[in-house]
Amino acid sequence: MNKQDFLLSLRKEISKLPKAQIDEHITFYSEMIDDRIEDGLSEEQATKQIGSPELIAKQILADSPTLSNKTKKPKRCLKTWEIVVIVLGSPIWVSLLLSALSAVLALYVSVWCIIIALWSVFAAFVGSALGLLVGSAALIIKGNVTEGLAVFGAAIVCAGLSIFMFFACKAATKVIVWLTKKTILLIKKPFVKKEEI
Amino acid sequence: MDIQLKRGLLDVCVLAAIKDEDSYGYKIIKDLKPYIELSESTLYTILKRLEAANMLTVYSSEHGGRLRKYYHITELGLKRIDEFKNEWAEIMSIYKFVTKEDGNNE
Repeated sequence: MNKQDFLLSLRKEISKLPKAQIDEHITFYSEMIDDRIEDGLSEEQATKQIGSPELIAKQILADSPTLSNKTKKPKRCLKTWEIVVIVLGSPIWVSLLLSALSAVLALYVSVWCIIIALWSVFAAFVGSALGLLVGSAALIIKGNVTEGLAVFGAAIVCAGLSIFMFFACKAATKVIVWLTKKTILLIKKPFVKKEEI
Repeated sequence: MDIQLKRGLLDVCVLAAIKDEDSYGYKIIKDLKPYIELSESTLYTILKRLEAANMLTVYSSEHGGRLRKYYHITELGLKRIDEFKNEWAEIMSIYKFVTKEDGNNE
């Protein structure tokens, strides 16, 4: 076999590979033959020493990662009847899925409403404490010391309650945020795992 | 020879073949012939692997009216040879341990 036949045959055997890779292999083997000829061998001897193109192609294909990936790819596909059932059933399962999702969403929103309500109570306490403080100062300046002191006392009570409220709100928010994170992770997990397979 | 062991050895052999001066495919095979038989397709895979690992670089140079690919060893490649020398000391001590029992046969 001469050089041209050898390279043509090799090119044919590895034609499954991407063009760039084929050219690279052909260049490599062409150089190998040329160097042997330069070393004093004839074309026939050179190609004989390198081996049969079929055998070399087999080794090249076995070593090519892109090709073995391709052969691995055919994963489980949906069968025709499965697709038909999914499409025909869509009026039922899509609406069911949507209502289930909206129920979950509504539940979640109402939980956050409770949190917002708690924080509003806290804000109300802070607001009234400040208001009462200003009111008591005004009363004392006007000369109504007794009423002023009473209002001041109320202001302090509000301030105290607001501090309790603050810690309660913070704890409640933390719990809800933690629960949200856990739920999202739980939802994410099966999807992430599927991708790894 | 065990395939994994041979693979590791071949990598180092090819690196050693281009250590002192840049070399090309056929010359690498010829230089290694007295020590280890290397087919073209095996050499190709090794060169690709070493290039991907940045242990050698490839460049084309004109030779006798055609282009020839030359392989040049990098710092990482030289480091790999040094590592191999250290590993070999370890392998020799394991060899001694494994052949300890055979001592009487000689």
